[in-house]
Amino acid sequence: MRRERAEEQDRVPPGQHVTRDFPVLSAGPTPHTPMSDWTFSIRQGGSTLKSWTWAEFQELPAETVTVDIHCVTSWSKLGTVWRGIPVRTLLDQVGHDAPYLQAFSDGGYTTNLPVEDVSTRPAWVAFEYDGQPLEPEHGGPARLLVPHLYFWKSAKWVRGLDLTADNEPGFWETYGYHIYGDPWREQRYAGD
Amino acid sequence: MAGTAVRGRLTWQVATVTSVRRETDSVATIALDVPDWPGHQAGQHLDVRLTDEDGYSAERSYSIAAADGEPVAITVERLADGEVSSYLTEELRAGDQLELRGPIGRWFVWGPDDGGPLLLVAGGSGVVPLRAILRHRQRTGSDVPARLLYSSRTLADVIYRSELDQYGDGAEVIYTLTRSQPPGWTGYSGRVDAAMLARVAWPAAEHPLAFVCGPTRFVEAVAGNLVAAGYPAGRVRTERFGGT
Repeated sequence: MRRERAEEQDRVPPGQHVTRDFPVLSAGPTPHTPMSDWTFSIRQGGSTLKSWTWAEFQELPAETVTVDIHCVTSWSKLGTVWRGIPVRTLLDQVGHDAPYLQAFSDGGYTTNLPVEDVSTRPAWVAFEYDGQPLEPEHGGPARLLVPHLYFWKSAKWVRGLDLTADNEPGFWETYGYHIYGDPWREQRYAGD
Repeated sequence: MAGTAVRGRLTWQVATVTSVRRETDSVATIALDVPDWPGHQAGQHLDVRLTDEDGYSAERSYSIAAADGEPVAITVERLADGEVSSYLTEELRAGDQLELRGPIGRWFVWGPDDGGPLLLVAGGSGVVPLRAILRHRQRTGSDVPARLLYSSRTLADVIYRSELDQYGDGAEVIYTLTRSQPPGWTGYSGRVDAAMLARVAWPAAEHPLAFVCGPTRFVEAVAGNLVAAGYPAGRVRTERFGGT
């Protein structure tokens, strides 16, 4: 079998292999929301705490970052370049003490995360990939980017965060995938 | 270790290859004896893990080719530069063992209670989970009308052709060949597009349920066209493969 290049080996979690392509994992058709209708909202208990239009979102301080990403279907892609708004910057604009969140997306997709995984660890709402606007099939206009977890946690077509008291399973988590999804502990499926 | 397994946890187990059947030049179906297999639903997949003598291991996901209740089988396409698929399709023999775990995925699955009419659209080896669904439909005696639209490069690339050609009884298999067609070809030619789907797909008014599986570009195009034709996004389930 082929081995990864030596300098890459310690960046590849167990059971993963490096790809130069950018595969796509989606449960359904790619949604296409008009930018005039796009908002990003932080909600809690059914009320919207804060909402940004696309134009307002673009006014926020963006970062360009280089990260490794790891998909549960066993590919990893190293050194990917994204531009987006740190999730911490968004959360800092609302008062909250919720321990969990569910990211929600166009098309009905959701995924759950502990808030600290996006507030104290690096995470973004990304809208550019490799210097270009993020393509719809890869989650554009904007997707979550949480590189320290399996990539299904980086919800495509993200439209906001629901802050929750409980760790409620999202879409893939309901269909058998792990509730947390740490690639370094190979938490692919429920019970791993 | 089945007795100590956490309920619902997918543990690695050793499976024994019972047969390897060549489907096309680059595709083989591997039938497996998995002693502690918990059963699966048509459309699910499993993970295979290969480990070499130095301890280096590689994992890949493969769709299960068998219907619910049938012995586990996977159909694997050899990919250029595919370290796992090359081994599985070229070197594996009956009696060999490999590690696997599953079944995985509870979204891209179908059972008679899910109803239809059922539209299955396959690109290349994306036919594998859809074949499992068709077999399950037949084995359960379901009367849900089903159509499989199956896109291949050439006739020689069609997987399961003799089996698919036997369907009748409410299950229709329609081929399209994108690269070349044999003399006298009566199926479709060219890529699945909006016009082809308009002729083959159930009208949205019949409330069909669609499963689309294939390479990313194929699935993007087909799923997008189905939504444009009035299929609600929630009635179009997709599974894509891409990369190595």
